[in-house]
Amino acid sequence: MNMIQAINSALDVMMARDPDVIVMGEDVGYFGGVFRATAGLQEKHGKTRVFDTPITECGIIGVAVGMGAYGLRPVPEIQFADYIYPALDQLVSEAARLRYRSAGEFISPITVRSPFGGGIFGGQTHSQSPEGIFTHISGVKTVIPSTPYDAKGLLIAAIEDNDPTIFFEPKRIYNGPFDGYWDKPSQNWSKHPAGEVPTGYYKVDLGKAAVVRAGEAVTILCYGTMVHVCIATCAELGVDAEIVDLRTLVPLDIETIEASVKKTGRCLIVHEATRTSGFGAELSALVQERCFYHLEAPIERVTGFDTPYPHSLEWAYFPGPVRIGEALKKIMKDA
Amino acid sequence: MASEHPRANLPTLSLHVPEPKFRPGDAVDFAAVGIPPAGEARRPDTAAHPGDFTDLAYTLVRVLDDDGHAVGPWNPRLSPDMLRKMLRNMALLRAFDERMFRAQRQGKTSFYMKALGEEAVAVAATHALDPDDMCFPSYRQQGILITRGYPLVEMMNQIYSNRGDKLQGKQLPIMYSARDHGFFSISGNLTTQYPQAVGWAMASAAKGDTRIAATWCGEGSTAEGDFHSACTFAAVYRAPVILNIVNNQWAISSFSGFAGAESTTFAARAVGYGIAGLRVDGNDALAVYAATLWAAERARTNQGPTLIEHFTYRAEGHSTSDDPTQYRSAGEPNAWPLGDPVRRLKDHLIGLREWDEDRHAAQDKELADLVKAEQKEAEKNGILGHGLHQPLDTLFDGVFEEMPWHLKEQRAQMLAEETASGRPWDRK
Repeated sequence: MNMIQAINSALDVMMARDPDVIVMGEDVGYFGGVFRATAGLQEKHGKTRVFDTPITECGIIGVAVGMGAYGLRPVPEIQFADYIYPALDQLVSEAARLRYRSAGEFISPITVRSPFGGGIFGGQTHSQSPEGIFTHISGVKTVIPSTPYDAKGLLIAAIEDNDPTIFFEPKRIYNGPFDGYWDKPSQNWSKHPAGEVPTGYYKVDLGKAAVVRAGEAVTILCYGTMVHVCIATCAELGVDAEIVDLRTLVPLDIETIEASVKKTGRCLIVHEATRTSGFGAELSALVQERCFYHLEAPIERVTGFDTPYPHSLEWAYFPGPVRIGEALKKIMKDA
Repeated sequence: MASEHPRANLPTLSLHVPEPKFRPGDAVDFAAVGIPPAGEARRPDTAAHPGDFTDLAYTLVRVLDDDGHAVGPWNPRLSPDMLRKMLRNMALLRAFDERMFRAQRQGKTSFYMKALGEEAVAVAATHALDPDDMCFPSYRQQGILITRGYPLVEMMNQIYSNRGDKLQGKQLPIMYSARDHGFFSISGNLTTQYPQAVGWAMASAAKGDTRIAATWCGEGSTAEGDFHSACTFAAVYRAPVILNIVNNQWAISSFSGFAGAESTTFAARAVGYGIAGLRVDGNDALAVYAATLWAAERARTNQGPTLIEHFTYRAEGHSTSDDPTQYRSAGEPNAWPLGDPVRRLKDHLIGLREWDEDRHAAQDKELADLVKAEQKEAEKNGILGHGLHQPLDTLFDGVFEEMPWHLKEQRAQMLAEETASGRPWDRK
């Protein structure tokens, strides 16, 4: 399966298992979604469980919160993460706080799916990575898969979870892993081991990172598309890096991070999102606080620049192999 | 910056900024409000097409006339027992408000908001709903809880953030949550409950349930984007929901003109969405009851949502932190042409010879004593500021279903710091 098929399969499996799971969003019903993630679900599960909505993100999330309060398990889709901002009030002030402010009387077991990230010439409003906004909010979980296998397992776990979850899908790797070499032919998930996806039910636990490459020289913390760019860059440079795919940003798998950096003594953080106050800042602070006496070089961050996501200069902006390679050389200088 | 080359043949533009009729010190004359006579508005079939409500969006559904008689097609013909029950709940709400307002002034809590003059809006509407219909209120519908028999002492515990507070002191006073009483957790963020109520109603419909939802917001809050998204969703999916707008003329210091009232009514918003819209005398408990019952029947028979504008007046300040004499004439509350909802229902019952002034005075005394006794009970659980009423570490409970490591760490750090500092946090 590619990542779209894996997500579709997760939704299908959960709708079949739990009559309270419903899917809603712009174009998700009859049409099956602009990325085809919900294709066939309406036909199979019916219009009252998979339906198109008006174009109003605050409405989609507000309605989902109400459905969650009733006892349903809504999986609303926001067509692009760049368009999640109109729903911020409902997510931040309502979904995230409902359990806390009602002392558990009401909960918000919603899973907000949204394609995110760049590398597709999406320009300013089809490329953003706003995960840092949500990791800053108490009461929501933030999940970002990097493979079809994880996408399905994590999405099933998120739907079953009783807390609100933001599920960002890196759209650059919907159809195949992307190593950052935009001028080379694109790859397909069918040739990747993580493209092997069971058709039935399984879970990948939230809050657990994956060490996708074991190594001794440096720890690379990354997620989403960047996992594949980091793997390719390290292979190319021959760096024995330990690459950690965080998968869940909140709650974070701090044990895996700490163990890795204490072993390697070096840490590189890579994300597409803009740098200032991005999630990398939190990661850097945590590593510094917990691994200070093990660090042999300053922690480095390779991120999107502090600019809106550009159109024509996309590959200058995107944290690709060149930028990651330079950062690795800097970290490894005295090794 | 203005154009450097203004065209001489065009008049200059001017910006209209609304201004209320009366400011502090002004004499008040509400003659221009234009109150249609009671009994005049027609009562359509509950299955009527949403396009057939334009006239009703610009008039007022009224049942009680100036002499206290119930007249016209909206007269719900309630039994005297029911009328007395409604009157009692409205009077109880008023007594509760009075006592809690005073408790705030006495420093027993940080904050309170009264519903003075708006008692009919929540109480009469709740009487017309079934007990298991779900309410998504704003902060001025405490009348729902009172009508549904939620213990006053529980409300007070919440207001005092004390040991008995079921919300563990996590919420600002009056932001109640009472799931068992069909009362959704109140949020400080305005109108967020509107799409949530629509979603709850859609869920009820999707599951083939029979329960409906009702929500309330002020006229000022209709300007929020959530109001628009909720109305759109409600209309598109014909959600079994009642959308109440409490038009009490004031949003803190801003008069209703800043929400659009100079050019239209709030009920008229319904016309554009394709929702049945009613505009109701909000100080007429029988009109509020009848309109709510009508809307509930419409919702229960899958005819879709109803938007009801309750035309009323916020007789008190916005909250204990507000002083209305700074922005409106002190004469307004008494001059309001729709009068006082409690007095109007009382006069009606007296006119039916089912009530009298002595019984009313006795009831007021009984309710004041009741509230006082409940307050004494609540204060046994403590009042705000008298030490900590919840264990310190409950601060971290309920952020997530299960506490993640980072909250456990923060909790441990907080407790260690407090212990090391020797501060007497265990004082109760």
